[in-house]
Amino acid sequence: MTLVDLLVEPWTFDFMARAFVTTTIAAVVAALLSCWLVLVGWSLMGDAVSHAVLPGVVLAYILGAPFALGALVFGGLAVVLIGAVRDTGRVKEDAAIGIVFTTLFALGLVLVSVTPSQTDLSHIIFGNVLGISSSELLQVAVLAVVGSAVLLVKRRDLVLFAFDPTHAHAIGLSTRRLSALLLGVLALTAVVTLQVVGVILVVAMLIIPGATASLLTQRFGRMLVLAPTISALSSIVGIYLSYWLDAASGGMVVLVQGAVFAVVLLAGPRSALLRGRARRRVRARVSR
Amino acid sequence: MSGPGGAPALEADGVTVRYGDVLALDGVTLRLGRGTVCGLIGMNGSGKSTLFKALLGMVDLTAGTVRVDGGTPARARRRGAVGYVPQTEAVDWAFPVSVRDVVMMGRYGHLGITRRPRPADHEAVEAALERVELTDLADRQIGQLSGGQRKRAFVARGIAQDARTMLLDEPFAGVDKRSEATIVRLLRELAADGRTVLVSSHDLHALPQLADEAVLLLRRVLFHGSVAEALEPDNLARTFGLDVSDARGGGAA
Ligand SMILES: Nc1ncnc2c1ncn2[C@@H]1O[C@H](COP(=O)(O)OP(=O)(O)OP(=O)(O)O)[C@@H](O)[C@H]1O
Ligand SMILES: [Mg+2]
Repeated sequence: MTLVDLLVEPWTFDFMARAFVTTTIAAVVAALLSCWLVLVGWSLMGDAVSHAVLPGVVLAYILGAPFALGALVFGGLAVVLIGAVRDTGRVKEDAAIGIVFTTLFALGLVLVSVTPSQTDLSHIIFGNVLGISSSELLQVAVLAVVGSAVLLVKRRDLVLFAFDPTHAHAIGLSTRRLSALLLGVLALTAVVTLQVVGVILVVAMLIIPGATASLLTQRFGRMLVLAPTISALSSIVGIYLSYWLDAASGGMVVLVQGAVFAVVLLAGPRSALLRGRARRRVRARVSR
Repeated sequence: MSGPGGAPALEADGVTVRYGDVLALDGVTLRLGRGTVCGLIGMNGSGKSTLFKALLGMVDLTAGTVRVDGGTPARARRRGAVGYVPQTEAVDWAFPVSVRDVVMMGRYGHLGITRRPRPADHEAVEAALERVELTDLADRQIGQLSGGQRKRAFVARGIAQDARTMLLDEPFAGVDKRSEATIVRLLRELAADGRTVLVSSHDLHALPQLADEAVLLLRRVLFHGSVAEALEPDNLARTFGLDVSDARGGGAA
């Protein structure tokens, strides 16, 4: 078997073709969003919302409603609950986040366990991109287009929100609305991405690409190109690997993304190893 | 002290702010007219940043009212009337934006939904960069500037915004003499244009060249009047609660 055969063969199966397309779409929208999430410092929030959507998605499945609707409701609920717990002033914010999202995630697990036709639902948790149907693919595509469009139209406001929320406020923008917008897109993107890697690993796709891109450039505009490109390519490699090695597709996609991040961190243009100690000392002084 | 429009540029009336158990501001009353530079002097934790947040409508007031240009802070914000230069510690200097990007953010209030800049906005940004002498460094990432240059970049943002009132939180912290002189000159020019400039500092030596008047703050307004009077030992001792010769010499901390 030649290399070309190896690369082409998967595409001769419809289910593999759908898997490649779905993965690419999800990788792109998740990577776009990740550029803001890493800059705002919302990794934990991404983790929380992406887990907290599980009960919403399961309820939507039971009621026959769109997954995105259930995800938005429970993503919003998670944010409200986190705020309420934190504002009691009795626990710190990270504890509030940890308590709320794990509880909602647990509710989702319980709902999955008591709902008939459990096979379908376990796919939500672990992802099942190799088994995705055409209609699911269409839903993913629509949500991804909506999410990406919102991000790109509002990209300057969102950058300002991430960089200097006080100035955003001072010139009359609503930081509350911008953060709600970002959280809404986060819930939508979670629905898209969980089809590929499952609820548990969604957060990886929401953080790793942006973090990788931020190591490669100091221009936000370039991050918006680099992150989706790297994310899409590494996800496609992940799907190939899972096909060839007959390994879990979601896990493989995230493994490749993590490996790419590690390579960039250690050997990339702005890597700490290449810089040497003297440069780092200078940076430490500058950043003070 | 009120300008041609009648109403003072900035007005705080009995402003009280609490963070939980901490009383940060206690009945602050203050009026500033147009075309003046006012120095806001107080030690760490005296409530300078909190007063700025109150003027921007960013903290809930426990009591009191704030008026900007005779209207609510919300109205002033919508009109882009207030420019804000944050304290150094409040900025993520590793953020992937260039100096020019930062200055452009001053224009966002004037722009449409996607904030795509028009030629006039690019011109305003270039003019502002020129005015603070950062044209040559405009493409640098914001963190790759020196302390004084960083401050000037944020002042340029306020200039590009065309803000009638500028609030600067500790613009002289970690800034060398030359940058300090540039910033002082800039702020004097802004005041000469009829803008109102409120500058917080715990550093005293720039005050005489910079400010028309001074406010001494320690949760409450201890003194509001001429700079010379503000610098009198008794006033400083009350403000900083320490030996007066220290306060004058080292710029107090
Ligand atoms: N978000 C907050 N939560 C609780 N307490 C706060 C908060 N912000 C400020 N404080 C407290 O309010 C008081 C005033 O703080 P503020 O930041 O206004 O002082 P400052 O004069 O700006 O000090 P510095 O010179 O250090 O910048 C301080 O005691 C501070 O600890
Ligand atoms: Mg302060």
